[in-house]
Amino acid sequence: MKNPEEIFELLKNEFKDIIIGLEKESPTEPIVAIDPMQINKVGLFLRDNDILKFDSLMVLSGVDDANGTKVKDDDGAEMISGGTLSVYYHLHSTNLKHKITLKTTTPRENPQVESVYNIWRTSDWHEREAYDMFGIIFVNHPDLRRILMPYDWEAGYPLRKDYKNPEFYKGMKVPY
Amino acid sequence: MALKTETMVLNMGPQHPSTHGVLRLELEIEGELILSVKPHIGYLHRCFEKHAEAMTYPQVIPYTDRLDYLAAMGNNFGYVVAVEKLLGIQIPERVEYIRIIMAELQRIASHLVAIATNGADIGALTPFLYLFRDREYILSLFEMTCGARMLYNYMWIGGVSHDIHPDFVRKTKEFIIHFRPTIVELNNLLTFNKIFIERTANIGILPIDTAINFGASGPVLRGSGLQFDVRKEDPYSIYNRFDFEIPTGKGLVGTVGDCWDRYYVRVLEMEQSLRIIEQAIDNIPGGDVHSAIPKRIKPPKGTVYSRVENPRGELGYFIISDGNLNPFRVKVRAPSFVNLELMGELCKGHLVADVIAILGSLDIVLGEIDR
Repeated sequence: MKNPEEIFELLKNEFKDIIIGLEKESPTEPIVAIDPMQINKVGLFLRDNDILKFDSLMVLSGVDDANGTKVKDDDGAEMISGGTLSVYYHLHSTNLKHKITLKTTTPRENPQVESVYNIWRTSDWHEREAYDMFGIIFVNHPDLRRILMPYDWEAGYPLRKDYKNPEFYKGMKVPY
Repeated sequence: MALKTETMVLNMGPQHPSTHGVLRLELEIEGELILSVKPHIGYLHRCFEKHAEAMTYPQVIPYTDRLDYLAAMGNNFGYVVAVEKLLGIQIPERVEYIRIIMAELQRIASHLVAIATNGADIGALTPFLYLFRDREYILSLFEMTCGARMLYNYMWIGGVSHDIHPDFVRKTKEFIIHFRPTIVELNNLLTFNKIFIERTANIGILPIDTAINFGASGPVLRGSGLQFDVRKEDPYSIYNRFDFEIPTGKGLVGTVGDCWDRYYVRVLEMEQSLRIIEQAIDNIPGGDVHSAIPKRIKPPKGTVYSRVENPRGELGYFIISDGNLNPFRVKVRAPSFVNLELMGELCKGHLVADVIAILGSLDIVLGEIDR
């Protein structure tokens, strides 16, 4: 069993530049920040290393950080330009009982994160959900399509902070 | 002349008596043989997570009821535990005991539905009626406590909405006395019924490493033989004070990790829940259940991921607070959502009729899958 600081040190020695840092703000448990396009390498190491054995991905969640600049569009609605989207990975080892949280941040305009589908199969639907709700593209995901919203939903990504409901969906009024 | 063969795509659902809600399964079949299964979900999507961002912390609780509507107490429990962790507040002993009793009663009620519908799906309708009769006792206990039978809004941040009724302890003990023999009855009626075993043993075998890699939890994971229960693994509330066991699948009538094992884990878990209730019911300390409820709930900046053992598995809430009155982000790790991913893996090579048995043994609730 290792605590997050020890795991961070291990990762830092192994990967150097890919690991961006360790965020510590109480009451949160420490979070390891990682480069979005290198997450697969780190995930494989975390799963297969004998002293880490993170065999279980508890949850993968997308987050809109809403840290861009707020601008008004033509209709006067508030839009966010710039800023970032994040993906959080909560890992757990069923064997060694320790936990770690990973975080990766990607620009809002072209959000791309490497898929971890080949490491933890459970991420299949979680990644589809993050794509559906935030528009984060998971590179190398074999079947990235909407999951909760209709497959032909064109009005954007609902959980983004500046999402606006469309007026009509296939001739049906949306805000009823 | 060679026989012409081709595969066929069959839609099961969205309205199908055994899909437990509006779920569409796209089956690719060759004769009766399943080649692949693709679940299509989202028919009940109401974007709970978006709603939560517009609500204050206590206002989210009634929405959590509607995630897994067969285990609403467990959903409330998970959410309040997460927010309390963020706030860092201490909960009165009385509240902890009441919460645990309610959560365990809810576990029994939920497993009763799971077992009943699993049987009914594959043709055993009699046990269904027997088990719903017993579930009625538990629902009456909940109704007596907070007035609601399905969606309780009972656990509040820092407390519970109502203190227990003066008759509650007596009636719960009556229920335990009534319920123990009905488990034996259930075993005679369904568990060791020859037809039921034929339909479920050696069907949908889930190996342990696949289960972990797919993130399975709850009875689905334990059916494959891993002793993993969040109540023991990551104790929350006061579960570490109680003595109970974690039943796992042993392959009693077939192979470890088959449908029957997942089913039987639920039967055994009901007995363990009774044990916890028995230990707690006589020791409820006095006190005021409202004393620790904060006047203004405004957690400090930070994130928390907290998980509890719901009847269907590991229910997690990932909450980000930006220091305001409403959460910045609430993500629910719904156990059914993760467990349903296994459908494609489990059904391969089985017959169409087995899909029903496998889906029943996964025990999904579409309310929390679609959120």
